[in-house]
Amino acid sequence: MSPVGAPRAPEVPAARRAGRAPRTTGDLPRWVWLPAALGAALVVLPVVALLTRVDWSDLPALLMSESSRAALSLSLRTAAASTVLCVLLGVPMAFVLARSRFPGQALLRALVLLPLVLPPVVGGIALLATFGRRGLLGSSLEVLGVQVAFSTTAVVLAQTFVALPFLVISLEGSLRTAGHRYETVAATLGARPSTVLRRVSLPLVLPGLASGAVLAFARALGEFGATITFAGSLQGVTRTLPLEIYLQRETDPDAAVALSLLLVVVAVLVIVLVRGREGRS
Amino acid sequence: MKRLATVAAAAALLLPLAACGNDDAVDPRADVDSTLVVYAAASLKGTFTELAKEFEATNDGVTVQLSFGGSSDLVSQISEGAPADVFASADEKNMDTLVGDDLVSGDPEDFASNTLVIVTPPDNPGDVTSLDDLADPDLDVVVCAPQVPCGSAAQKLATAAGVTLAPDSEEQSVTDVLTKVTSGEADAGLVYVTDAKGAGDDVRTVEVPQASEVVNTYPIAVLADAKQPGLARDWVELVTGAQGQKVLRAAGFARP
Repeated sequence: MSPVGAPRAPEVPAARRAGRAPRTTGDLPRWVWLPAALGAALVVLPVVALLTRVDWSDLPALLMSESSRAALSLSLRTAAASTVLCVLLGVPMAFVLARSRFPGQALLRALVLLPLVLPPVVGGIALLATFGRRGLLGSSLEVLGVQVAFSTTAVVLAQTFVALPFLVISLEGSLRTAGHRYETVAATLGARPSTVLRRVSLPLVLPGLASGAVLAFARALGEFGATITFAGSLQGVTRTLPLEIYLQRETDPDAAVALSLLLVVVAVLVIVLVRGREGRS
Repeated sequence: MKRLATVAAAAALLLPLAACGNDDAVDPRADVDSTLVVYAAASLKGTFTELAKEFEATNDGVTVQLSFGGSSDLVSQISEGAPADVFASADEKNMDTLVGDDLVSGDPEDFASNTLVIVTPPDNPGDVTSLDDLADPDLDVVVCAPQVPCGSAAQKLATAAGVTLAPDSEEQSVTDVLTKVTSGEADAGLVYVTDAKGAGDDVRTVEVPQASEVVNTYPIAVLADAKQPGLARDWVELVTGAQGQKVLRAAGFARP
């Protein structure tokens, strides 16, 4: 989102005056490498350690067990549904935050991004207080014959709750970077606001929207705390892959590691997708 | 936005550090002020907290550090080298794992037992009167997952009573089942007698006649790597002795 890779103003003349050859690494002091390497090790080492615990010969059997397949299929379906919800709700939110001004906007932005910093289990309790049987909306929903708790809908709600800010932030950043110019031109040429939004603004930020959606999907796929608090845990209905991993750990650590590997692979794919996109745009 | 992200990142980094502080609280001058580390099943929280106060009162300069959790979680922590002196399990299976890995000193002693009971919210919205009602798909029924001790007990109980349970959720621990019931999300749940007793007026209990056939036995043992083997043995004596048994009985535990 921020142009980290953008070329900076060359400071070569100063170096030349001092009679030094220009360094290829830029102006980075050497000591920075040490904490940077430690930080990288902190992230990479546990993943490597996880790989060493994988029981490769039993891996296919562990991944193809009925409970694993049920959890994976449920995870993919719910994460896809949450991503669609995130796009439907998040795109308008990002436009409102980036392209309009109204009192309390800063506060609204902070509140909407709350799930980013909130522990997911707190989100789960908050969702229960809203959609639970004795919650704010839950009792009215029950009168209508709709029950959210213990259903796949609850899983999708929990995932959307935690994933929405990722899409909003990502898209809002793209909108601010893209600027108003093309939109202003389109408007002066007589295009109505809806046409400008559809034909000019959206196509401009499509890469940002795509990476935001991929991030939201990944966050939804990894959701644990809010789901186990709010939706419960039942095979094929609410027990997503992270919940299955947590449960398998009780009796079958090998299966838990195998499923963890699956989530790591998905996470790496997501990063490659997002980074690849950012590199091109 | 950038600033918010920075603050969030800083907070995320600091939180685990603050948590680390607790682990460091173990005093290195062990011969001056001794700390006994007790790992115990979550269902023992009330009773062991009470017993720890008595133990500290009778043993001058001794601090009892209690760590509660799911029995299998605690076993994997001990296997990975957690510095515990005593372990009390909610079932024999998890204790057997430790014995099998030579991590226990001496033989484990059974000190209590627990049975299952049905709990409903105080107003009993699902009109639950027996275990048969827990087979009703229209009711919101919550039990433990078969992988954890309370869940395998629930399955045995259902088999003994000839009932096929229709759960809407299989929770990770018995406390998760209890919260789903006390918060009114579920119509009924299967928990231990002691959990039901601890919840007081927040739940209504419905006895199951076959419950006495499915008994969970609680063993306790001094660990092989205990730093305070003497104090650890004193603790086991307190728990298995008259005073400990009185406290356990008051909380609803039965004799082993």
